[in-house]
Amino acid sequence: MSSVKRLVLDVLKPHQPNTLDFARAIASLGEDYQVDIHVLEVDEQTETINVLIEGHSLDFELISSAINENGASLHSIDEVSVAGK
Amino acid sequence: MALKQIKTLLEISHSEEIMRRYFVVNGFDGALTMLGLIMGFYVSDRIDLAVVITSCLAAALALGMSGISSAYISEAAERRRTLMELEKAMVTSLDESHHARAATWIPWLVALVNGIAPLLIALIIISPLWLAHNGMVLALEPLLMSILVALAIIFLLGVFLGRIGGTFWLWSGLQSLAVASATLGLIYLIA
Repeated sequence: MSSVKRLVLDVLKPHQPNTLDFARAIASLGEDYQVDIHVLEVDEQTETINVLIEGHSLDFELISSAINENGASLHSIDEVSVAGK
Repeated sequence: MALKQIKTLLEISHSEEIMRRYFVVNGFDGALTMLGLIMGFYVSDRIDLAVVITSCLAAALALGMSGISSAYISEAAERRRTLMELEKAMVTSLDESHHARAATWIPWLVALVNGIAPLLIALIIISPLWLAHNGMVLALEPLLMSILVALAIIFLLGVFLGRIGGTFWLWSGLQSLAVASATLGLIYLIA
């Protein structure tokens, strides 16, 4: 069974929750999740962000549903790092 | 709904400030209405205390119902519009998001605060009347006691506003009290 170690996601989100709260919401999904967010573009109601998530075993489904729950939408998975058993 | 979730919805929708404003504005409405009503009874001769209590209770309930319904209708429409605009900007449905949940639940919360504020304040103001009606001996005449309670609450609402706005609390308290005194003076003049 392989495990996802690193993900880079391109995400469009509303201004609320703010970037800090958004990062916290994703980081709280796992004990060792580390989240880095880089804001690429800010529009009137939205912002495009680049989300880097690292951890021992990332749960993509959980991350994806947290993104949707916070009103954001996942545009693309830009980078993936997966380790085999 | 869990407290944590309510907190998230309040943060996302920036509703704490709106609820605080509604509480003070409608609370002030309730206090001033009760003050006017009780002052009206005070300047009229020999009114039965039971009649005063029933009239004040009915007015308090009407204020509560009016607060709940008006705030719900306007807030629900505003929140729906905001959500639709956001969905348009995001080019996606936000049905499963905190934003959609906030659009559903926040109008109810705001409406409750808007309705409960005048109702609660009115009940506190008429409590001396109720106590006197049930045989408790008060230091002052019950109607006068209720007027003093109303003035105290109006002063405290002013103090609360002063603290929020960062102005001197005594000044904003006295400003509110001046409005209440002017109301009392007008009622006294027309009676």
